[in-house]
Amino acid sequence: MWSSPTEFFAMGGYALYVWSSFGVCALILVLEPIAINARRKKIVQRLQREIRAEKFDKEGMK
Amino acid sequence: MSSVSRSSQVVHWFKFSSPATFYPLAGKLIPFFWVLAIIFGIAGLWISFFIAPVDAVQGQGYRIIFVHVPASWMSMFIYIIMAIWAGLGLVFNTRLSAMMAQALAPTGALMAFISLWTGAFWGKPMWGAWWVWDARLTSELILLFLYLGFMALQASIDDPRRADKAGAILALVGVVNVPIIYFSVKWWNTLHQGASVSLSKSPSMAHTMLWGMLLMALCFWMYSIAIALMRVRTIILERESHSDWVRTLEGAK
Repeated sequence: MWSSPTEFFAMGGYALYVWSSFGVCALILVLEPIAINARRKKIVQRLQREIRAEKFDKEGMK
Repeated sequence: MSSVSRSSQVVHWFKFSSPATFYPLAGKLIPFFWVLAIIFGIAGLWISFFIAPVDAVQGQGYRIIFVHVPASWMSMFIYIIMAIWAGLGLVFNTRLSAMMAQALAPTGALMAFISLWTGAFWGKPMWGAWWVWDARLTSELILLFLYLGFMALQASIDDPRRADKAGAILALVGVVNVPIIYFSVKWWNTLHQGASVSLSKSPSMAHTMLWGMLLMALCFWMYSIAIALMRVRTIILERESHSDWVRTLEGAK
């Protein structure tokens, strides 16, 4: 259907509209899991810190 | 005998309403939904750009439909599912249901945003305006505000159980907006076109367009499930951080 890549990216004159729509959609779908992983890392690190602190407390008392 | 088996079944189902048993199960399911999302996404994009023919009226510009419609559907579906989880949490007082509702809200808000954004970029070349105060567009904008309101309300109440209750009531009241969005194109004279695809065009074209849209919608479904499970696992860790099972889980790492 497309005779050249240029024609494909031109989208029959609708390039701005088509690529802005697909581009922002793709950006959101990529950034959302990255944001969740960052949030997860934060809580996991906090938990590990707390566990280490508790362990230190217990062993220090002995 | 039958009563025994039934009661064991009830126990079995409620087992997964406990965050401690749901957490590892969700972890196992996430990669499965990611793989499905990628497969459906590749197939959907292939059809959207290389199989579906050019539209007689809108030229290549109509291809925005392949993200616009799935995102709009998801924004409404996610809201209903979020309200159901919130309602279950309110009735049964289960922690996990409220966490599920909380995990779905940001994804729903993003879907509503994608719907409005792609709609603007479709409206500009076809209607000549980025935005009009049309019934369909306005009700979708209200949906975005409902998601944001739900998230803001939950974040503003310090006690998580009270936050869950307040959020659930807002979510349930807001459900009234979903049929308004869906039927807006029928109930009012709107600039927005009627239900998704026109099947009056040549059948082969309608078929490939419909397939492209369905595959993209499936991709968005699988993505939303994977994302919701990822987020609910993080919320579980945050909210159950003082329980013994989280301690042993993270301690073992």
